[in-house]
Amino acid sequence: MSEPNSAALGPLGDPAQCHEPIDLAGLPTAEAQAMLEQMMLIRSAEERIGGAVESGEVKCPCHLAIGQEAVAVGVAGHVCEGDRVFGAHRSHGHFLALGASVESLLAEILGRETGCSRGMGGSMHLRDVENHFWGSVPIVGATIPIAVGAGLAAQMDGDDSIAVSFFGDGATEEGVFHESMNLAAVKGLPVVFICENNLFSSHLHVSLRQPADSTCRYAEAHCVPWQRVDGNDVVAVSEAMSTAAAQARAGSGPQFIEAVTYRWRGHVGPREDLDVGVKREDDLEMWKRRDPVSRLAKALDQEPDWTSARDAVSAAWARAMNAPKPNPAELLDRVFS
Amino acid sequence: MTTYCEAILEAHRWLMREQPKVFCIGQGLWSPWYVGNSMRDLEKEFGVERVIDTPVSEAATTGAALGAALGGYRPIVVHPRVDFAVLAMDAVVNQAANWNHIFGGGIPVPLTVRAIINRGGEQGAQHSQALHAWYAHVPGLRVVMPSTAADARDLLVASVLCDDPVVYIDDRWLYEEAADLDAVDPIDLRSMRPRVQQKGTDLTLVGTGYGAAVCRAAAAAMDESCEVIDVPVINPMLDADWAVLRESYGRTGRMLVVDAAWGNCGWAATVVAGVGGGRALTLPASPAPTSGGMEEAYYRAVGVESVVAVAQEMCGE
Repeated sequence: MSEPNSAALGPLGDPAQCHEPIDLAGLPTAEAQAMLEQMMLIRSAEERIGGAVESGEVKCPCHLAIGQEAVAVGVAGHVCEGDRVFGAHRSHGHFLALGASVESLLAEILGRETGCSRGMGGSMHLRDVENHFWGSVPIVGATIPIAVGAGLAAQMDGDDSIAVSFFGDGATEEGVFHESMNLAAVKGLPVVFICENNLFSSHLHVSLRQPADSTCRYAEAHCVPWQRVDGNDVVAVSEAMSTAAAQARAGSGPQFIEAVTYRWRGHVGPREDLDVGVKREDDLEMWKRRDPVSRLAKALDQEPDWTSARDAVSAAWARAMNAPKPNPAELLDRVFS
Repeated sequence: MTTYCEAILEAHRWLMREQPKVFCIGQGLWSPWYVGNSMRDLEKEFGVERVIDTPVSEAATTGAALGAALGGYRPIVVHPRVDFAVLAMDAVVNQAANWNHIFGGGIPVPLTVRAIINRGGEQGAQHSQALHAWYAHVPGLRVVMPSTAADARDLLVASVLCDDPVVYIDDRWLYEEAADLDAVDPIDLRSMRPRVQQKGTDLTLVGTGYGAAVCRAAAAAMDESCEVIDVPVINPMLDADWAVLRESYGRTGRMLVVDAAWGNCGWAATVVAGVGGGRALTLPASPAPTSGGMEEAYYRAVGVESVVAVAQEMCGE
């Protein structure tokens, strides 16, 4: 039996590394500033949601992506008109990064009619087609083939739009992930697969689930071009997505990006220690020094100022709380079209 | 005369010709068997871009069809045996059925899953199952079970033109059923009600898919006056659907429901409960056996002779 390969991620898998400010790589300051503000908005929204779960104001299961904001923001910058993006259970950040409104997210989580899914879905069922977010669901891996189908539709439409599929390292253990990669590859479909490898699926570390810690080997096996990036470096993610999206639009078939990152909170809910044990405590401390927000802020030579993001979230929260809930008499209205 | 099998092929051809957003995807679409001939040469007429054979990946193929449906297409995803469609349950049950509801409504999901019951001939347990009750359990799925050549064609057309996900299940034991068909005239699937195919006074026989064909044959083999009702859409069941069944039961006072599938939590039990009486005739609670004599006995349980025997016993009570 071969030794488990826990080193495939290299320095990206070592939480003691990659703490320095990110390299802006010539990115105009205004663009970097906009990315910073988006990440702060996402984190502020999720911190508010986490607080509301703790206080009991929010009842539905919420999977927070605090610490992973750079993946969503780096990818979203390359999503264009006509593109179709699909998420999963941990998708608040994807939704907001694409420009969907904080209020429609908070209202959805609070089960209000003004939510993005009219209060029928909650945290795990987000959708805002105007902003190119076509849906998120909590069955692990479920949206991967749906995104492949969106890529098939794009190919049949004959334009240069693409589909984007966000999923985690856990989803690469589902059979349908491999079926989907193979199908997209053999049919040459314009799909960008984004694996957010945060090293954990629920409570279980990748080393207890897979014989190697990088998921790029699956792309290799399915003949899909891949890139592995520091998922806590928004510029690196953006550059990878720029290349991948351009390739997919140009007819080069599916692309795969592994963004190595870490979630600061438990699998579900706001607590850091809920389901991940003591060993993670030391790692978490180090991962927090790889914070995507402060590393970008430092590169811009500034201290993050959270005031406007938090104010925006508070205002949205107040409006969402005042919105009505769906009328129970409408229960059967949307079962069929 | 057009056979049930030819009628399905005609529906595919009509849809592909008239509806540019329709495409077919599934395993075996370029195979010389052409899904029991029901899809013969479609790829030659409409191109391999619209008649897509796939890797051995039911889950991804069905999920991809759903994704294309959300993107404005009207895909028919084909599972040449319903046994294999089980591998795609997530895409159908968790995703397609729920999509419109969980995202707040107003979202067309024009996905048709065509699965085929293909049994007998010593094919054994995993090439024989009739699983329509599984799908009919799920709100959000329309489940269609044609028993005649006309319905095989017209309900496939209606399924594909419907904006809801539809599971359309045809049965290879019906492929030789034949009828004279007029030109295709699309109907609204939502307007389909249980259909009284034959009026009678002594007993109501009710079936869906192959079971309905058995009911027709049993009625023809009996002297008693049988009313025969075919239920071609088994989900959703609306008040108007129940009204047809209850009215008949109220008149004849006897109802025998025939389902060539299992009994427990099954379609026949639902009908009996819904009308408040009658008896159910279903397959034995066993996987389909392979060996000849045993297989014959297994299917005899829902064969014409069994139906006639039970029906006559009920009429004599």
